Amino acid sequence: MKVLMFGWEFPPKIYGGLAVASYGITKGLSVQDDVETTFCLPKPTGEEEKFLKIINMSQVPVVWRDVQYDNIKHRFVGHTAEDYYRFRDHLYADFNYLQGLDDLGCIGFAGGYPGNLHEEINNFSIIAGVLARSEQFDVIHAHDWLTYPAGVHAKMVSGKPLCIHVHATDFDRSRGKVNPTVYSIEKNGMDHADCIMCVSELTRQTVINQYHQDPRKCVAMHNAVYPLSEEYQAIEPHKNPKEKVVTYLGRITMQKGPEYFIEAAKRVLNRSHNIRFCFAGSGDMMNAMIELAAAYGIADRCHFPGFQRGKQVYECYKNSDVFVMPSVSEPFGIAPLEAMQCGCPSIISKQSGCGEILQNVIKVDYWDIDAMADAIYSICTNEALHKYLAEEGMKEVDGITWEKVALRIRSCYDQLVSRGYFDVNDYHA
Amino acid sequence: MKTICLYFEIHQPVHLKRYRFFEIGTDHYYYDDYENERAITETAQKSYIPALTTMLEMTQMYGKQFKVAFSLSGVAIELLEVYAPEVIELLQQLAETGCVEFLAEPYSHGLSSLANEEVFIEETKRQAKKIKEMFGHTPKVLRNSSLIYSDEIGSLAGRMGFKGMIAEGAKHILGWKSPHFLYHCAMDPSVKLLLRDYKLSDDISLRFNDSSWNEYPLFADKYVDWIAQLPEDEQVVNIFMELCALGVFQPLSSNILEFLKALPAVAKQRGIVFATPSEIIGKTKSVSPMEVAYPVSWNDEERDTSCWLGNGMQREAFNKLYQEADRILACKDRRIKQDWDRIQASNNFRYMTTKPASVGMFRGFYDSPYDAFTNYMNILGDFIKRVQDLFPMEVESDELNALYTTIHNQGEEIAVKDKEISRLRARLEKYEPAPDVADPVKKIAEEPKKEAKKAPAKKAEKKTPAKKAPAKATIAEKAPAKATIAEKAPAKKPTAKKK
Repeated sequence: MKVLMFGWEFPPKIYGGLAVASYGITKGLSVQDDVETTFCLPKPTGEEEKFLKIINMSQVPVVWRDVQYDNIKHRFVGHTAEDYYRFRDHLYADFNYLQGLDDLGCIGFAGGYPGNLHEEINNFSIIAGVLARSEQFDVIHAHDWLTYPAGVHAKMVSGKPLCIHVHATDFDRSRGKVNPTVYSIEKNGMDHADCIMCVSELTRQTVINQYHQDPRKCVAMHNAVYPLSEEYQAIEPHKNPKEKVVTYLGRITMQKGPEYFIEAAKRVLNRSHNIRFCFAGSGDMMNAMIELAAAYGIADRCHFPGFQRGKQVYECYKNSDVFVMPSVSEPFGIAPLEAMQCGCPSIISKQSGCGEILQNVIKVDYWDIDAMADAIYSICTNEALHKYLAEEGMKEVDGITWEKVALRIRSCYDQLVSRGYFDVNDYHA
Repeated sequence: MKTICLYFEIHQPVHLKRYRFFEIGTDHYYYDDYENERAITETAQKSYIPALTTMLEMTQMYGKQFKVAFSLSGVAIELLEVYAPEVIELLQQLAETGCVEFLAEPYSHGLSSLANEEVFIEETKRQAKKIKEMFGHTPKVLRNSSLIYSDEIGSLAGRMGFKGMIAEGAKHILGWKSPHFLYHCAMDPSVKLLLRDYKLSDDISLRFNDSSWNEYPLFADKYVDWIAQLPEDEQVVNIFMELCALGVFQPLSSNILEFLKALPAVAKQRGIVFATPSEIIGKTKSVSPMEVAYPVSWNDEERDTSCWLGNGMQREAFNKLYQEADRILACKDRRIKQDWDRIQASNNFRYMTTKPASVGMFRGFYDSPYDAFTNYMNILGDFIKRVQDLFPMEVESDELNALYTTIHNQGEEIAVKDKEISRLRARLEKYEPAPDVADPVKKIAEEPKKEAKKAPAKKAEKKTPAKKAPAKATIAEKAPAKATIAEKAPAKKPTAKKK
């Protein structure tokens, strides 16, 4: 089984959850011996893990240039010079009018999420046309809306089934006020897809109801987590036994519901003074939140350490007694799983996709600040509850692995390849 | 002659309301009145009233041939008294027929048998007293909440004077033995054990209306045939269930009451009779002791206590609750006593279970076990605070008991002294003409009262906060007053002697 996969992010360069998920899925698939994944990235760093074949989209030609093998063979990051010549044999149109072509006849990518994102998305799909003509594959798999046009293009050219992976929709990001351009790209990708993998049932329902997709081709494909590395496992928590720390970790934006966290904090602090609240992360609502905490007179108990990266994230979990994710709309939300790996009990909103596969967490409605406060207070004051959630949560999350996710993805591929269409009623998790 | 022993449990918990932690210390009312009224009236309408009416008809149809036993938890009686008194009336009518036996059980339907002997004894006695008042029967057989039984509980029942107990015929305690015999407690041979036949009981309470069951539909003759076909020497068939099985678990539309009605007639044809637990204990000999080292119950597949005490949260709540037991036993506050009965109910612990349940799990309004635990601990937090306000933490419960014994005995002492005084007074009257004597005694009695009023006030301030003070003060007030009289009294003796 050969899979042509389009992605926008991949570790070690991490912008958000997409990179982690792309890594997990491909790594999980790599365990299956008969699956060969080709992963197309706009701009790889060259430091990616080598368990899969990476194609560097900034070094795939769209225009014929006469270049000598010896001159260019050392310049490639990702694929090789041989691949370059093979791609050059499959040019399909004249793209000389494009701006920013280099001496290899390739279009450069800035990587990440630059201002001219829409232009880059378009270029990405132009290159996908070359790839689709030169590569052999059985299934196309496109991650998130940025790569949907590329996936659709590849499907048009090759006639192979297209599987798209919905990590988030614009409805989650904007609380319903969608950007029409983004929506149209998403909708077009979904319309052309043969199988739509959504990271949760919640997202699946959004896809069905807001993008008007046939429920039969939508399937909930929950994410997983990788086991903690030894380095992170070895982090020694230094806790003050007299104080409890309640943590919020994530972007401080409307989607994540930080204001509900402050409201809950206020209620808890009215009764108990040995609890601290930590707001890790940054975002457009950060200043407003600091002001709100000050207005409630709880600023001395609320801490804003800013954006956390790498090891800091795990230090933060390890030093916390409770992790709270009050998201208003969260397609999946991997953070609670990571917190649980560190033995930190989690409280999540019922509007979070990960809640569908987690039992040992407390689920509350994001707007139900009384319930949220009650849950925080209960974990902080009842050692038995803390212990139960920490231990059972850790056990539970250890059983959620990417290998299992990859097996489920594989069963979808098999259906697509053998029958040419996908029906969720024939899929068994 | 084979005997069927039918027993029904009548219990409804008092539902707790949503209680947030910020209400701790400000709100001392823990119950959801709406839900309580709804639940009990619904159960009464759907199940208790039709089922009890049917049984009343059966006693008229079959006379003494039909026998049945009931037990009611005290909290359920309280609910029924308020919201569905017609159920109590039906039970009273049944009691008058002489076909019914009432069993004793802990008042709260709680787990006190696993925690604190004294609490268990106290609340069982209280329930038995209530049954006696309401139905005129003194229970002779004990059934513990959810049929929790172990050797120790059995011997405790013996010490309390019960002739027998009913328990679950769990596979792991019976082994190769059959539940169709009378057994006795391994630690006390005077306590006989009736063991529930869970297969025949569940056939009615769980499977009666299950169309996917291979014995569906179940008719009375088929059912009684199963009993008749048991080996010759297996004489006692104990069919125990909750009364809600008739009407709630198995809807009335399944004709379960017609089934019940037909049972005695069909049984008679096959020479099978009905009897109450006491009758069986009186007539039948126990075949062997039954050893039960760890508690069994009639709940879940495991038939143990894991559905209440299976996880750390449940054990924490349980320990916290019964830590207060001694203080509450000593306490006289009626509201605290009532709350204690209500929050002890085992249902509250059941909501916190994290076990995957085979039979549909009812969690009340709670989202999850954690939610149930949080709510319960909040209520418990407030409750414990109230108890501790009454008796400060520094006072050890032993010390408290000593104090209470003193106060308790003081009454008797005073009575003795009173007698002494009146005796002496009588003697005094003999020697002196009446007016002269009456005055000095009055004076003596008034003087120390003034002093006494000051003294105990100080005492109360030192020992306990406000609430306890008045109760103690009044007793303390009396005591020294009388004591001083008693003191003075002997002083008069010599005068008497002089004369």
